[in-house]
Amino acid sequence: MLRVAVWRGGAQGKLQEFEVPRRPSQTVLDVVTYIQRRLDSTLSYRFACRVGMCGSCAMTVNGKPRWTCRTHVDRVGGDGRLVIEPLANLPVVKDLVADLREFFDKWSRAGGRFHPTQARDADFARVRPDSRQRREADAGIECIGCAVCYAACDVVKWNPAYLGPAALNRAWTLANDPRDGAQRERLAAVAGDAGCHACHTMMSCTELCPKHLSPTRSIAGLKRATLGFALGEGES
Amino acid sequence: MSARNEARLWLAQRATAALLAPCVLVHLATLVFAVRAGLSAQAILERTHGSLAWGVFYSAFVLAAALHGAIGLRTVAAEWLGWRGAGADAASAFAGLALALLGLRAVAAVVL
Amino acid sequence: MRPARNHPGWWAFIVHRLSGVGLALFLPAHFLVLGLALGGAAALDEFLRWSERPLVKAAEWGLVMLLAAHFAGGVRILALEFLPWREWHKALAAVAAAFALAAGLVFALAR
Repeated sequence: MLRVAVWRGGAQGKLQEFEVPRRPSQTVLDVVTYIQRRLDSTLSYRFACRVGMCGSCAMTVNGKPRWTCRTHVDRVGGDGRLVIEPLANLPVVKDLVADLREFFDKWSRAGGRFHPTQARDADFARVRPDSRQRREADAGIECIGCAVCYAACDVVKWNPAYLGPAALNRAWTLANDPRDGAQRERLAAVAGDAGCHACHTMMSCTELCPKHLSPTRSIAGLKRATLGFALGEGES
Repeated sequence: MSARNEARLWLAQRATAALLAPCVLVHLATLVFAVRAGLSAQAILERTHGSLAWGVFYSAFVLAAALHGAIGLRTVAAEWLGWRGAGADAASAFAGLALALLGLRAVAAVVL
Repeated sequence: MRPARNHPGWWAFIVHRLSGVGLALFLPAHFLVLGLALGGAAALDEFLRWSERPLVKAAEWGLVMLLAAHFAGGVRILALEFLPWREWHKALAAVAAAFALAAGLVFALAR
């Protein structure tokens, strides 16, 4: 049997204990599902694909933010005990459900949107996949916005305005997209104490990203890319 | 503070770091050397008195360290004490100034 | 320690930050002591004799360690931020730690 402590409530609340039968190849999402279906139907949690593609099931498991559908109990429940809480650094809606609005607002504020420059009748843009810029963009492009990095980052925790690793990583992929027409505005948006310059290269993001991306790498790129902005170029 | 000025602080932090790196290596080597040779005032001052080279070196070291330290303390105050804004900026500027003045006084003490 | 923090990059950060704060707090004292030489070599000597005590010597070693650690962590940051990204950058934390330890050893053995 597993002894599972699950966060119940909102910002105020407590851990509730459950006993869940252990099964082979069991994931933490299986455990949460079992609790909600068999033991306490009032438990709220999020999931969607349950096969490690969507990132919806991200929660804090034994202190680390992870995808619960891709976290085998054997890997984390060694001594038969699990503590499951909502993602950190985000307001709690209820139980295991975190409010991701601020995460996506910051994505937007970091210039995480593509700005087209061509009309629909223009010829295809030619982007060589082996060019340095495209390789840099490709290194970070697989992000699905699961917020694990955001939950892991201590600068996010200590600096409420900090845009965070995912938003900055996305900004970097767009900064390396020669088709995008908002390069200057984006660099202005990601500079400063709320932006890339607040990153302390702790690398918790890189350590925990379930897609093995390196936001630290992208943020380092932004630090170099914003040197011009620091020295006076571009919009204020 | 504007984002541009915050970016400039970051740049100043890195630039002073690049300047401090060789200074620190020289200083560490000097410390090891001084400790082996015996750490008396006479031994130290013999080396530094009237030396333009040591004067320039330590003045640059002090100024870089004062700026670097002040910017660093500003970040720590913001992240760990939640102290941000004009008051915090003024306090860190004061810290930098104090470090610079005390440091240059110390350089004068051993070189002049 | 929070599980999400138990990795080399985070250790590199906390050592760098704490050593930086330690050095920033120590520096004014260091400058004031050196400023004693304004009163002539004798004033500085008096302090240096006091600093022969073993506890003070141990503290001095600690300060050298802080300086070496902060230097090493700083070089790591400069490499991560300014050099084109390489996979071995993730190992820089270990390199920094090795340097700091080496510096501490050299200083300890020089006595």
